[in-house]
Amino acid sequence: MQNEIKIALIGNPNSGKTSLFNALTGMNHKVSNFPGTTVEKKIGETKLSSHLKARVIDLPGTYSLYPKSADELITYDILRNKSENDFPDVVVFIADASNLKRNLLLMTQVADLNVPIILALNMVDIAERKGIKYDLKKLQTELKIPVFAINARKREGLENIKAALLNENLKSSVNYFSIENLSEELLNEIGKVTDKRNNYSALQYAINVCDLLSENAKQINEIFKRHQFDVKKFQEEEILSRYTTIDAAVKNSRIQNQSIIKKSLTQKVDKIITHRFAGLTIFLVLLFLVFQAMFSWSAYPMEWIENAFNFLGNSINKTLPAGILNDLLVNGILAGLSGVIVFLPQIIILFLFISLLEDVGYMARVGFMMDRLMRPFGMNGKSIVPLISGIACAVPSIMATRSIENKKERLITILVTPLMSCSARLPVYTLLIGILLPATAKWGPFNLHGLVLMFMYLIGFIAAIFSAWIFKLFIKQEQKNYFIMELPGYKMPLLTNLAITVYEKAGAFVWGAGKIIVAVSVVLWALASSGPKDNIKKIDEKYYSILNTIPALPDSVIEATKLKISSEKLEASYAGEFGKMIEPAIRPLGFDWKIGIALLTSLAAREVFVGTVSTIYSVNNDSSKDSFSTIKEKMQKEYSIATILSLMIFYAFALQCMSTMAVVKKETESLKWTLIQFFYLTFLAYGSSLLIFNIL
Amino acid sequence: MNLTQLQSGQKAIISKVNGDLLALKLFEMGMLPGETIALENIAPFGDPIAFALNESKICLRLADAACVEIKLIEN
Repeated sequence: MQNEIKIALIGNPNSGKTSLFNALTGMNHKVSNFPGTTVEKKIGETKLSSHLKARVIDLPGTYSLYPKSADELITYDILRNKSENDFPDVVVFIADASNLKRNLLLMTQVADLNVPIILALNMVDIAERKGIKYDLKKLQTELKIPVFAINARKREGLENIKAALLNENLKSSVNYFSIENLSEELLNEIGKVTDKRNNYSALQYAINVCDLLSENAKQINEIFKRHQFDVKKFQEEEILSRYTTIDAAVKNSRIQNQSIIKKSLTQKVDKIITHRFAGLTIFLVLLFLVFQAMFSWSAYPMEWIENAFNFLGNSINKTLPAGILNDLLVNGILAGLSGVIVFLPQIIILFLFISLLEDVGYMARVGFMMDRLMRPFGMNGKSIVPLISGIACAVPSIMATRSIENKKERLITILVTPLMSCSARLPVYTLLIGILLPATAKWGPFNLHGLVLMFMYLIGFIAAIFSAWIFKLFIKQEQKNYFIMELPGYKMPLLTNLAITVYEKAGAFVWGAGKIIVAVSVVLWALASSGPKDNIKKIDEKYYSILNTIPALPDSVIEATKLKISSEKLEASYAGEFGKMIEPAIRPLGFDWKIGIALLTSLAAREVFVGTVSTIYSVNNDSSKDSFSTIKEKMQKEYSIATILSLMIFYAFALQCMSTMAVVKKETESLKWTLIQFFYLTFLAYGSSLLIFNIL
Repeated sequence: MNLTQLQSGQKAIISKVNGDLLALKLFEMGMLPGETIALENIAPFGDPIAFALNESKICLRLADAACVEIKLIEN
């Protein structure tokens, strides 16, 4: 007997799948990528008995095995291929007891792929309150598979599921839908090109190939044509035939009692939440509160993180001898790491709120309310969540677009999400606004500093909407466009669900964006610390005599000289050369070679701008108030207001983020769109900055 | 009569769903001929609209809802 079995959790969206997964596996799970593809799978472990473990795979919720979104494709992908590593030994199918008929449609499709299946009836208590009750024994006989009642959120009934999984007699021979009436030749030919385990799975695969996948599509289309096989008609018949079977089973096992006709809580709440005026007001107030919390709560932890990294850097400086290793550790790796970790508080707080609103059921309502507004711009209601999350970081936000079914709408959402002002832009804005305005400047009762900052966020949003409209004109529509969404009943949030979602989102940022930020940071460090010929060495030699021959130099002079050395070295480095090389190109925007260097180093993450500028201006970058105001003073002297404004606009629009480009490439599976996005945003940034600089 | 003409408080039975791809998707979501359906909410900008169907709530754009033919149930 093997000591590990593979279990897949499958069910409709909002059926409680994730709660069951979390209840079974706890925090003991990981998110990883499928080899060769973009999609993520969630895998955890649970103990069934003293000698049998189960590997549990959580798959995105879907309504059928004819997937329509990238999310649903993941579920189909696992089930379509028996040789796949993660092909389950058993499927635990989770169904919402209140809506059993619809839930069972997918169940019968999965069962017909010859996988043993166990039905877990979830939220039985809620269904009973609505007057819906089933005789489980009867349902089990009708469906010919084991049926258990569970409450995933309260972790009830899990033991029964585990016990059933231990039963080795789980059959895979149930069959709910027959395709015997189809021509044998058609099935044989399809079977030959697809090589699947049974006729139904082969046909299903062939149909999906025509719709979504590329391999063999031409060949299969020809076979369908030759046999005059109408795919849509077949699918329609399949679904209706399955429903007939299910309907009988469900009706026979339902315990008849008075249906309770009472307005549910969800109905009452929705009257207010989606109300014309109240609904929009609540949304705007919530949005404001979330941003307020994100900025104010994150201030302290961000400060601690910065201090911790400064302390770490200083300790390395003191313990390791000065030299290339020391420099690489402190200015390459540590600088990159701190650039990642410092944004974690903001990202965690924002995703905590978004996950909370999602878990409760509110986010679906936002999509419902906003769909009409997003539509003229080629997006839909589901684009709202990625756009709002973009305020924290574009990387997890772009991954969140997977639930958008329409390819065009998803692509547009991906293309414009980086225009939302992310956390990394905040330090840049703060510095630049500080150069423009004294911190105490007021406009009426408002702090002018805060107003300009808000304006920058607004500009980002407007640019995103505008760009979406442009893209809408140029991207051709491949699919018929519809927007159909289920609005789940409101639920109390579950702390474990929240913690796990936030952990996953933050993880996507740390592992997805983080490794690229650190890698780019190291490369840029190399470019900034070495230069052509022996220019850098010459600078060392020039100052060597000053530092070492004049005795008893005051500390302040030594410090100033050291800063001057770094500044001159940066100018002489490859990065400096690059800045000077691109100066003619950025001169029209009001930028000089020094800003050119900062534009280059910002490619790791935008906030690196601040660090680079401080090195250029020979300021000790220890993020203390003094050093910040010194940079401000020096930049104020050198640059006009027009240059600073032009720079702000440039940072608002330009795609200076390698991590975003990497995730866009992964999600769109298209180098073409990644490049179009990069050049479009660069062009937008360049053009707008050019305009601003020349108007002023 | 189609779904967009359903008023708040009225109930109807779905008689037919038009549109290939749309029909498939609606069937999968449980919106089948013979099912009872009622209008629940209208989004702030008048579109989409949400319907009660078999203890679930499903929202559709007006253009899609127009593809669903219904028969009113007299009270």
